[in-house]
Amino acid sequence: MTAPQVEIQLIAAIVAAACALPGAFLVLRRMALISDAISHAMLLGIVVGFFLTQDLNSPLLIIGATLTGLLTALLVELLHRTGLVREDAAIGLVFPALFSIGVILISRYAGSVHLDTDVVLLGELAFAPFDRVVVAGWDIGPKGLYAGGVILLINAALIALFYKELKLATFDPGLAAALGFSPAAIHYGLMGMTSLTAVGAFDSVGAILTVALFIAPAAAAYLLTDDLARMLLLSAGLGITAALSGYWLAFLLDASIAGSMATMAGVIFGLAWCFAPERGLVAAARRRARQRWEFAQRMLAIHLLNHERQPGAEPELQVEHLWQELRWDRGFATRVVSLAEERGLVTRQDGRLELTDRGRLLAQESLLA
Amino acid sequence: MADRHNGKVPAVEVQDLTVAYREQPALWDVDLTVPSGVLLAIVGPNGAGKTTLLKAILGLLRPVAGQVLVFGQPVVQQRRRISYVPQRGSVDWDFPTSVLDVVMMGTYGELGWIRRPGRRERERALAALEQVGMRELSDRQISQLSGGQQQRVFLARALVQDADIYLMDEPFQGVDALTERAIVTLLQQLRAQGKTVIAVHHDLQTVPEYFDWVMLLNVRRIACGPVAQVFNEHNLRLTYGGRFAMAAFAREVDETAPAVIAPDRSRSGGGDHGTGAA
Amino acid sequence: MALALPDLALDYTLRTVALGAMLLGLSSGVVGTYAVLRRESLLGDAMSHAALPGIALAFLLTRSKESALLLAGAVAAGWLGALLVSAITRTTRVKLDSALGLILSVFFGFGLVLLTFIQKQPDASQAGLDRFLFGQAASLLRRDVQVMAAGTVAVLLAVLLLWKEFKLLVFDPDFARVLGLRVRLLEVILTSMIVLAIVVGLQTVGVVLMSAMVVAPAAAARQWTDRLGLMVLLSALFGVVAGMSGALLSSLTPRLPTGPTIVLVVSGLVLVSLLFAPNRGLVWNWARERARRDQVRAEGILRQLAALAEHHGSLEHGHPIAVLRASGWSPEQIEHVLHDLESAGYVRQVSADRWVITAEGMARVRPAVEAGKAGNELARPAARGTEVTGEGQP
Repeated sequence: MTAPQVEIQLIAAIVAAACALPGAFLVLRRMALISDAISHAMLLGIVVGFFLTQDLNSPLLIIGATLTGLLTALLVELLHRTGLVREDAAIGLVFPALFSIGVILISRYAGSVHLDTDVVLLGELAFAPFDRVVVAGWDIGPKGLYAGGVILLINAALIALFYKELKLATFDPGLAAALGFSPAAIHYGLMGMTSLTAVGAFDSVGAILTVALFIAPAAAAYLLTDDLARMLLLSAGLGITAALSGYWLAFLLDASIAGSMATMAGVIFGLAWCFAPERGLVAAARRRARQRWEFAQRMLAIHLLNHERQPGAEPELQVEHLWQELRWDRGFATRVVSLAEERGLVTRQDGRLELTDRGRLLAQESLLA
Repeated sequence: MADRHNGKVPAVEVQDLTVAYREQPALWDVDLTVPSGVLLAIVGPNGAGKTTLLKAILGLLRPVAGQVLVFGQPVVQQRRRISYVPQRGSVDWDFPTSVLDVVMMGTYGELGWIRRPGRRERERALAALEQVGMRELSDRQISQLSGGQQQRVFLARALVQDADIYLMDEPFQGVDALTERAIVTLLQQLRAQGKTVIAVHHDLQTVPEYFDWVMLLNVRRIACGPVAQVFNEHNLRLTYGGRFAMAAFAREVDETAPAVIAPDRSRSGGGDHGTGAA
Repeated sequence: MALALPDLALDYTLRTVALGAMLLGLSSGVVGTYAVLRRESLLGDAMSHAALPGIALAFLLTRSKESALLLAGAVAAGWLGALLVSAITRTTRVKLDSALGLILSVFFGFGLVLLTFIQKQPDASQAGLDRFLFGQAASLLRRDVQVMAAGTVAVLLAVLLLWKEFKLLVFDPDFARVLGLRVRLLEVILTSMIVLAIVVGLQTVGVVLMSAMVVAPAAAARQWTDRLGLMVLLSALFGVVAGMSGALLSSLTPRLPTGPTIVLVVSGLVLVSLLFAPNRGLVWNWARERARRDQVRAEGILRQLAALAEHHGSLEHGHPIAVLRASGWSPEQIEHVLHDLESAGYVRQVSADRWVITAEGMARVRPAVEAGKAGNELARPAARGTEVTGEGQP
């Protein structure tokens, strides 16, 4: 790996982790789409800020853009509060308008300023290593690395500090308010964090794809754990994984790095969706299958118990007739019998089935339940 | 019991309270005085503003008019003395956390900003769980709880707050018999300790058994006082009759009313989710 | 710029653009009504973003720039996106908002990967797929418009044929199910219509902003009417107006991207509707809110007079304004209110500064006496918009 490659991966990983932390709360608070709105609308703040400062890394621009993000969240809430439109519609009305103004401004004046539509919208991580921080003649690394690092630290520190408040206000805003923790303050704190992160992420991954880094790792983590602290760490870890694997996918295809990161974030979610230990599709299917076999064995035991109680019904106890009696598929019946045998619920003697004590107990239990 | 209240500051005093969502009044000019140490049930039909009244007492809503005093002072200054048990359905039980953690949330108010709960809070949370018979489930993830268990977790959380006034929104809604008994025991313990409980309640049959005061509410206050004095057919008809004048329900009540206290329709109707504040 | 072109060509381009934009506004306006009422406003967002990789894949597989083919890819991908959103919310604890955000950003990211991949291909520099990002009305060809027209006709036909079914689906899906309607099938058709409407607009507005065309016209129309039929018509009208004026503006002005221009026009329409629509509009509401607050205060004054009268045990004894309190009101305002109450017959002025409540006034403020009546009076007005699901419940 060359030095720029290492730097790009470092920046990507840091940005992804910085996004994933607030992302976990966005997912839990059902505000995923507000992050979508914020990161789109942010474009306007960045463009206006750039016109004023002519420097994408100017602190003024970062502050201005962050405020635009907060303004978006505020506008969505105000619009929703009027009671005239629902929240989803409010989101869908606010950000396209702000975003459109941003795009129009870029296209109208992009010729005269050095702001490339594609870079702002779609991000271009590949250029990140060219923008260096030079202190007293020493090159101490790319700017993106420092910007991302600072934002990651801020996010981690804020979440660590206000962990309890964020948890309470997310789980039960009513109680938070009753206890005197203003849910509005916490909401706008989180929105501010999201906006700041989106500003920091936009020139790496672009205005649109930040959403993938906010949501996908957090949603995957949500499927993998039942503990909030673990979910936060896992989100960050999965975000970093998406960033690194995305980088190599882009390298392989010679395609957009940001796009590849989003794609990999989606793949990671897909994997969690399918294979999460308890909540995954596979686990659920296996659980259902196990329940089906378990239920069938109980049916078998109950059936045999009924026969025991009415002597003279010998033929039905033959494995051969069992499947007709229970209206089962023949193969299925054979499988159930052998499973029950393995478990020691029944024994087989010259093609006849008999309940063991254990099987009898299970049958009686099942009848009682 | 009445003697104890004489000359004391009432636990909760609501004056001329009017709350409206958009143009629709949810509460209209409601007065309520709850003496310290009573168990008060708030009853009324769906949309009567019961949850709204609780939220207004908690200071979670801004009323159009009127004020709420808690032990003679605005509620904002008395937050520590009130604890709140919301409806179970008001939170997302998929939230990734454990039973103990939820109960410890009750201590957050006194901890204030930033400070974390420690060993002491943990002990108190465990004690509260013990009280509701959930101690052995303290490590359980909340997504795995049954409805009754969820309700008991909320009660434990309220107990941890160690408040003087307990506001409960339908604590008996959809719980199993075991939990119902546990709640009743708890209510009696709270009464024995001189605490005040204000609960939105649906099952009219059990009002006299579980509570000693009752408020009949239907946007306006119909009546409020000791159960023996105000919980009668006349007031119930005023409470439920007016609102359901068009529904067949009203006729049914009229026909059957002499025999029983008005039947509990709202429960069989799937619960009261339309209290205006939902 | 326009003047430099021969008139005929200008005519042709403009006609094509205007026609295309009209179709776009029509189809998304009509479909948006249902999406917004069903609280699926942002499903359109997810589906339009999801369309991008479909377009790119269609191009990669066929190497054709034929818009019908590319749009077929968009339809397929948009559908897949919608399907995944619904599968995620059904089979996991992940909620709708996260599922939508996930699908839209991941699909869009994948689309971007494919686009950049295509750009690096030797033969594909002319693919012109970029126009699908933010739309380019000026690049519309007659063939494109024909494809759009086909999509629009399909959408309109579906709405006309299934009018009452969709109405019921929007208003009360459970009831629809009870009536024996195949709700699942209807939902599939509705989703297909949203996908179609999005695809119709993709070339003009672009994947990023297409969702606004689904949400905004319908949200604006909702403010003016409670009737579904009128709402569909108005929404279509707003869509057409915004589409045509935006597209023409951007075609006639250099470096003015079409999609964002159309979105700004339609956002303006929304703003005007939110502020000034009769009954629902904010201005209207504000006035009503004031009136109600005044009424509450008037009632408060009346109650105070009633309490005073009871205290004195007489309806003759007058009270000075100074003993009445009403937060935020000056004595002059209180006096004004008292005169209003007097003309309504609730109070009586007994001397220069002394007022007393009348018997009618007493009857009005003593609710227990007439609780039944009061309950009726205050019962919520049978949901405004019985036809349309009541929007904006607290």
